[in-house]
Amino acid sequence: MASKGFLSIKDFPREEIETLLAEAADFKREKPGPLLQGKILANCFFEPSTRTQLSFATAMKRLGGEVIGFGGDSNLSTQKGETLHDTIKVVGQYADVLVIRHPLEGAAKIAAEATNKPVINAGDGANEHPTQTLVDLFSIQECQGKIDGLNIVFAGDLLHGRTVHSLVYALQNYDVRLFFVAPHELRLPDALCDRLRRSGIPFSFHAGLDEVIGQADILYMTRIQKERFSTPVDMGWLGEKIAVNTGHLEKCKKNMRILHPLPRLFEIPQEIDSSPHSYYFTQAENGVYVRSALLQKVVQHG
Amino acid sequence: MGETLSVAAIKNGTVIDHITAGQSIRIMKLLGLQKKKATLGMNLPSKSLGLKDLIKVEDFVISDEAAGQIAVFAPQATINIVQDFNIVRKYKVALPNHLNNILGCLNPRCITNHERASTCFSVQHIGKKVALTCNYCEKSFAHDAF
Repeated sequence: MASKGFLSIKDFPREEIETLLAEAADFKREKPGPLLQGKILANCFFEPSTRTQLSFATAMKRLGGEVIGFGGDSNLSTQKGETLHDTIKVVGQYADVLVIRHPLEGAAKIAAEATNKPVINAGDGANEHPTQTLVDLFSIQECQGKIDGLNIVFAGDLLHGRTVHSLVYALQNYDVRLFFVAPHELRLPDALCDRLRRSGIPFSFHAGLDEVIGQADILYMTRIQKERFSTPVDMGWLGEKIAVNTGHLEKCKKNMRILHPLPRLFEIPQEIDSSPHSYYFTQAENGVYVRSALLQKVVQHG
Repeated sequence: MGETLSVAAIKNGTVIDHITAGQSIRIMKLLGLQKKKATLGMNLPSKSLGLKDLIKVEDFVISDEAAGQIAVFAPQATINIVQDFNIVRKYKVALPNHLNNILGCLNPRCITNHERASTCFSVQHIGKKVALTCNYCEKSFAHDAF
């Protein structure tokens, strides 16, 4: 009973991504008409979210549709022991498209098996966040005019950062040079490193931002995902190694732009916001246009 | 010559030989054969493995699918189909491309460890190594981690 939706960035080859990003650009230039009038989106968020949840809701409303859903499961019958499968099966009877975020990995796949409506993965544990990858690729393309040929630095919690995993996976389709800055405890998972080696994408590991900031076209920052650790973590010590500061901005290229999927903590201090290099709030805004293009594709053709 | 342990021949059925020592009981459970008439040999001397287990099951012909599942726990196992005391078919087990509902995922944060769901692993051969990837949480594990 698997549905057609968007569960993994692996579902979209480069050609399809480019078509989608072009449509998102159209939606940014000009508000779309009521293409999804009469359709209902169910936001099934079992984990906290600001941007993803609200940008999907906004995208659906801008397309003329309606939104139902929940932003936490404290009021749901999951408290009575109801399975995710049963929850999604029922919600799928009410809505035309489901967006799910869940703390456990693989949850979106279980959801897709439970309903024949299209299911979009808005984040499953520390695994993937594929719609964020589309937003990230759109933002990179927008601020640099291209994706091929870029130097992209990733800094932060590369072990748990699902946006990093999804974006690195997608970038295998492009001609890029990757740099990974993280403490050893938070390094990119071995399986992803193995995949990169097989793909032939050049990449390297670095202990601090100073080593690579002068080469970066894109600096992709991430938050330390303390909620994914199985034991408590010393945030202060880890944070020192990966935070960006104004000193870094004096050494970087003029075209360098800082992306962050947000929320940010101390890794990007607020004083950076006014710099021409900061792009993370534009990136967040782009979420509405990209998700509009995705919904239009999935609901009309899925 | 040292003492040998004799394992009786069967008339019709399946002999699973060259099982990794210690895995025969697990394989009996995997195949659901606990109530069948069977002979188990455990920790028998073997030229190729050093020590091996052996299972002989009367009136049972193992399917190709089940033989593939055995390969997870006994990669060197050989299957002998016996009819009228003669071996009519003999082959080595090989891992299939997918393993459905045989193994539990080793990732404690995988949804399959929290929800009533069948597991499914994709099998990949990377050089001499075998990696099993959970189709749900997408994490990969070395074959011998299970």
